[in-house]
Amino acid sequence: MRYIPHTQEDIQQMLETVGVGSLEELFEEIPKSVRLQRPLDLSAPLSEPELLRHLRSLADRNATPDSMPSFLGGGAYNHFIPAAVDQLISRSEFYTAYTPYQPEISQGTLQAIFEYQTLVCQLTGMDVANASMYDGASACAEAVLMAVRATRRKRVLISEALHPEYRETVATYCRYLDVELVPVPFDASGGTDMSALSSLLDKETAALVVGYPNFFGVVEDLAAQAEVAHGLGARLVAAVQEPIALGLLKSPGELGADIVAGEGQSFGIPVAFGGPYLGFFAARQKDLRTMPGRLVGETLDTRGQRGFVLTLATREQHIRREKATSNICSNEGLCALMATIYLSLMGKSGIREVAVQNFSKAEYAKRAIGALQGFSIPFAGATFNEFVVEAGVEAGAVLERLERQGILGGIALGGYFPEMSNRFLVCVTEQNSRQEIDALVAALAGGEK
Amino acid sequence: MEFPEDLKYTEEHEWVLLEDGIVTVGITDFAQDSLGDVVFVELPEVGTMVEEGKAFGVVESVKAVSDVYAPVSGEVVEVNEDLPDTPELINTSPYEDGWMIKIRLTEPGQVDDLMDAEQYQAFVEKE
Repeated sequence: MRYIPHTQEDIQQMLETVGVGSLEELFEEIPKSVRLQRPLDLSAPLSEPELLRHLRSLADRNATPDSMPSFLGGGAYNHFIPAAVDQLISRSEFYTAYTPYQPEISQGTLQAIFEYQTLVCQLTGMDVANASMYDGASACAEAVLMAVRATRRKRVLISEALHPEYRETVATYCRYLDVELVPVPFDASGGTDMSALSSLLDKETAALVVGYPNFFGVVEDLAAQAEVAHGLGARLVAAVQEPIALGLLKSPGELGADIVAGEGQSFGIPVAFGGPYLGFFAARQKDLRTMPGRLVGETLDTRGQRGFVLTLATREQHIRREKATSNICSNEGLCALMATIYLSLMGKSGIREVAVQNFSKAEYAKRAIGALQGFSIPFAGATFNEFVVEAGVEAGAVLERLERQGILGGIALGGYFPEMSNRFLVCVTEQNSRQEIDALVAALAGGEK
Repeated sequence: MEFPEDLKYTEEHEWVLLEDGIVTVGITDFAQDSLGDVVFVELPEVGTMVEEGKAFGVVESVKAVSDVYAPVSGEVVEVNEDLPDTPELINTSPYEDGWMIKIRLTEPGQVDDLMDAEQYQAFVEKE
């Protein structure tokens, strides 16, 4: 959108056209108390080099994974991004593309999305994937709504070990719907408590939602959960906040998940203050028509040539709106392309290699921290690249001390779980060298400096 | 194009067969022919109350998606369980194997307002 300022004359003409005498009169519907009663407080204009210097000095005040060793995860992960990703998405055919409603002029965009869907299916072990959603949390909420639609049931069990922000997003989406959200506690392993689950599951349950890996980095027993859920006709929703794990773990599809929703940020997308991210969404063939969002399919044109089209779009919001499966009217096209390029560059063995590095480095860190005086690993369950650490003191104080020593050591859990004020979440990826991990362990051991 | 004499018809191209206060509903030969190959059918659950003129289901073909409207008001007492897996029955046998739902009438007079075969055939020819 171009920004064209108005001259006084323009303003006068517009006021006359709408039939009011002044700007004051135009805005009188807006209470005076909420109006800015002074000019904007902007400094004097700057030249380009001055402005660049100013912005750089602002940027320098941020701590980033480039300026400090970072062990922050919790839904946003610092992974290596090959240079080709940025280079390729910078083609204007991709970054200025509009919704590909007209296949005859959108084959490139459509094929890119089709390839993305294929990769998501391969990673998740599912039959069909959509063109993408806003992010992992909203994809998870859409999965809940889809399970409710598909089962015609209104009760949804949500693991308390699912990312708290995903849980909040689900609650937001369900707020004005007739859907009952029931929390399922976790046990000493850090995974969803199976005995509690068995007592809470009933014939009214539409779905069970668990993280894979969950918020504590713990790998849930999806196979066992799928068995009990399916026994009562409920769907199992696996929410994947760290999809690099799928390079190493058995896919949710293989283990019996019915819907897999997750966050694709790990695939070539920078952490970037938390967005824009990429929600991915995959399901079983039998539920194809209750899926939200767009779907790209492969077909043949009148000349028998392979082509790509938006398909099954009658349940999207732009046709038969009252029948829409979701009010998402977009997809994260460019982010989906980033993920597609990343996954294509990595390939099957590359993703596995990245996953193995994440797992191995996290295990190394977990053992070293667990062996420290005053620190323990409270959850016994197997983890992927994140784990919970318990300190003898308040976690926030420990992390602040690390930050003063130039290390972003983890995420305090007290804000999410009041009973966990001494616990924090540590994430180790392929980006963290052994020296960095050793420095983290030494800093934790070092006490107050 | 078939227009069985023992059926009643609606302007939305549904057919109705009345037997002992229960009506069987489907879409007509003309409707299936206009839609083309049917690939998906969505039906209500048994026990659902349907209202005359309101959509109760969906028929999706390779060309289009259409709502199917209730010709009468009442309770759905049976649905054709074969349709979800073999939606093409609507094309091959619209008046028999392709039936969609059975409704227990709440307002028996509603059937009298529908067209007979001759009226429907004339209606279709105008379409």
